[in-house]
Amino acid sequence: MHPVRKQRLFLIGFVLVFSSLAIGLIVFSLRENLNLFYPPQQLVSGSVPLDRDIRAGGCVVPGSVSRDQTSLKVLFRITDGVAEVGVSYQGILPDLFAEGEAVVINGQLHSDGIFEAKEVLAKHDENYMPPEVAEAIAEESQQQGVEHQKTCGVISYDS
Amino acid sequence: MIPELGHFALVLSLGLSLLLSVLPLSGSFNGRALWMSTAPSLATGSFVFVALAFVCLSYSFAIDDFSVAYVASNSNSLLPWYYKLSAVWGGHEGSLLLWVLILTVWTWAVALKSAHMPIEMRARVLAVMGMVAVGFLSFTLFTSNPFDRLLPGAPVEGSDLNPLLQDFGLIIHPPMLYMGYVGFSVSFAFAIATLISGRLDSAWARWSRPWTNLAWAFLTVGIALGSWWAYYELGWGGWWFWDPVENASFMPWLAGTALMHSLAVTEKRGVFKSWTLLLAIFTFSLSLLGTFLVRSGVLTSVHAFATDPERGLFILAFLLLVVGGSLTLYALRVPAVRSSVSFLGFSREWFLLSNNVLLVVVLFTVLLGTLYPLIADALGWGKLSVGPPYFNRFFIPLMGILCVLLAVGPLTQYKRTPAAKLLSNLRWPFVGALLLGVVTPLAADGPYLWQASVAVFIASWIVFAAVQDLRTKLRHRASWREGLSKLPLSFFCMHLAHLGMAVTLIGVSFVSLFNEARDVRLSPGKSLDVAGYHFELVEMRKLRGPNYLADEGLVVVTYGGEEVAVLLPQKRRYFSGGNLMTEAGIDAGLFRDVFVALGEPLDNGDWAVRVQVKPFVRWIWLGALFMGIAGLLTVWDKRYRFVTRKAAISAEAQEVPVAAP
Repeated sequence: MHPVRKQRLFLIGFVLVFSSLAIGLIVFSLRENLNLFYPPQQLVSGSVPLDRDIRAGGCVVPGSVSRDQTSLKVLFRITDGVAEVGVSYQGILPDLFAEGEAVVINGQLHSDGIFEAKEVLAKHDENYMPPEVAEAIAEESQQQGVEHQKTCGVISYDS
Repeated sequence: MIPELGHFALVLSLGLSLLLSVLPLSGSFNGRALWMSTAPSLATGSFVFVALAFVCLSYSFAIDDFSVAYVASNSNSLLPWYYKLSAVWGGHEGSLLLWVLILTVWTWAVALKSAHMPIEMRARVLAVMGMVAVGFLSFTLFTSNPFDRLLPGAPVEGSDLNPLLQDFGLIIHPPMLYMGYVGFSVSFAFAIATLISGRLDSAWARWSRPWTNLAWAFLTVGIALGSWWAYYELGWGGWWFWDPVENASFMPWLAGTALMHSLAVTEKRGVFKSWTLLLAIFTFSLSLLGTFLVRSGVLTSVHAFATDPERGLFILAFLLLVVGGSLTLYALRVPAVRSSVSFLGFSREWFLLSNNVLLVVVLFTVLLGTLYPLIADALGWGKLSVGPPYFNRFFIPLMGILCVLLAVGPLTQYKRTPAAKLLSNLRWPFVGALLLGVVTPLAADGPYLWQASVAVFIASWIVFAAVQDLRTKLRHRASWREGLSKLPLSFFCMHLAHLGMAVTLIGVSFVSLFNEARDVRLSPGKSLDVAGYHFELVEMRKLRGPNYLADEGLVVVTYGGEEVAVLLPQKRRYFSGGNLMTEAGIDAGLFRDVFVALGEPLDNGDWAVRVQVKPFVRWIWLGALFMGIAGLLTVWDKRYRFVTRKAAISAEAQEVPVAAP
């Protein structure tokens, strides 16, 4: 083979091997660090992987927030209008966290059915609702034959 | 009347931009000098009318004209005047107007400073910028007009600016960031004009280098300001979250950094020509992608104002048009490029090439991590997010390698550097950096952290190698004073920017490794100790601001019995909308920040409080400031003096200014 061509072939081979290796690594690492989002209905149905980092979201059930008297431990429940899940968290809650408002939480679901949150995110202003939550609620309520709902304010919490 | 005037000015500017994108360009094809020579005046006119529109909108904010829908939803008569003015870009419509204003400022600046260029080139560059302006002006006018009225039935009071945005950081962060984003449109315009002309020599690299450096400098400072703002206003002391919106501004920065370096090789040695053109296209495309991600509402964040799908669709279509059109042009023209110059190992070309490869790989990982949730959502794989560990896993080692090479690059020469000479030059920097790297972590309390050791090694490696570079450059001069005055400004700029990199690296690694944070429950009179500092919450009190009520904590910080600072963290409730805001109390220092933020009020008068001691956190932004200043100063380098520069000097005829004797 012509030496220039041979060199070129080597180069192309090198680039191919190296880049596929790199892309493989990146995709592998990406898969490992994905956090999937689940609404409360799925969390209680048992179809959610336990003890793995996931995301969840819903509206904070009014009256469900209870603070520990001596520490920063807090317990509350979230709902999508269909099911409710208990959440435990230790730390400072965001400014816009409030009962009856939407939250997104990052953490793990344990076998006792309690979601242990490492991070609690609330909406940024009073007109905003995390789209994952909005969509989850809309989907659930459509399945239930309820009219399309936009904010937590219209959820009925007696389910 | 004034808002209508503004609207009219915008329409006029759109008309002028349309002319600008058609007339000079067609003139350049059929050789009509008169058509081509209209470009600078059209650019100026387009700028003047956008500026007029901007002034009109600012005026409407200043006089609280709530009949303008945008003013009503982003301002309030209680706002202090400076926030009324910064509220102009506090929402979607106004920030687009700012985008367009800055674009026309750049276009106008290019028109002013391009008199030395061949007339066809000048006409084409300005025409391409005119096309971008047409895109954004029609976006503003047709989907997000800031001058829309609420008539009849104008509200008597506005609904206030988002309290997060009522801050000094926000006054300057968006303009700086946009100066950077939009500034890359100049490099893009030069690249496209070159591709249109088909004369793919290195002249365009020379012309676009100062513009690219300037845009990069603004973007660097803009990103740093965003990070600083997040640190004290939004993030509870966090300064980078790998949030999609942060990534949106960071990706053009990575591409722009690669572009800057690649332009240097193209200008000096005439190699990487086609790659540099491609990079210029990508950098601006990433700026547009950033605008799309942030403005379309596909991402949820404090930046996502618009959730109107029509707007998102418009930017997406524009983005596809720009990327598709320029890549087609590229594919048609680039096969004609031939670079015959070769280079051997250990040449400066090799180091600049590895800079580009590393930055592009980092860029790719960030891009994938940012877009993957969107792709997954679109394909129905479920809602998901990509966590910071993914980004850190690739970013940290790759940037580490980049920084190690970055120290060596300036000591090499183009074409070929004798390995023995390079190694002997690097011996002392290496030994010094190694010593410092091993010893420094011992000074910190707690266990020995090898990561700190690596960080110190790399940072001091950069600094020592720069000192060595300076020494070799001055070796054959009569005195160091004479030697320094002979060195070009760009030499110092390069080292200042690299030094900034080292400073940021130290800041990032130290604050990540040695940060001490504690979330606690405190009542007035109680105290706690963090990292040797004693924090006492003396009392809580109420106070009233111009448009909010606040709970303020009085925290006295002592170290070894001596008072260090009195911090006044606040929890504000804004009257309009009832938004809650956390204002952290920070005592800033070069070597550490002491940080106290109020969480929420708990039962029996207790407060949730976050207390942090953050070593070297200021260095993150200090380094970025160095980089910004360096980028800014390059514009004054003799080689880029815009005046009296003879046009179209090919790179091959040019000698290498900073080669060692």
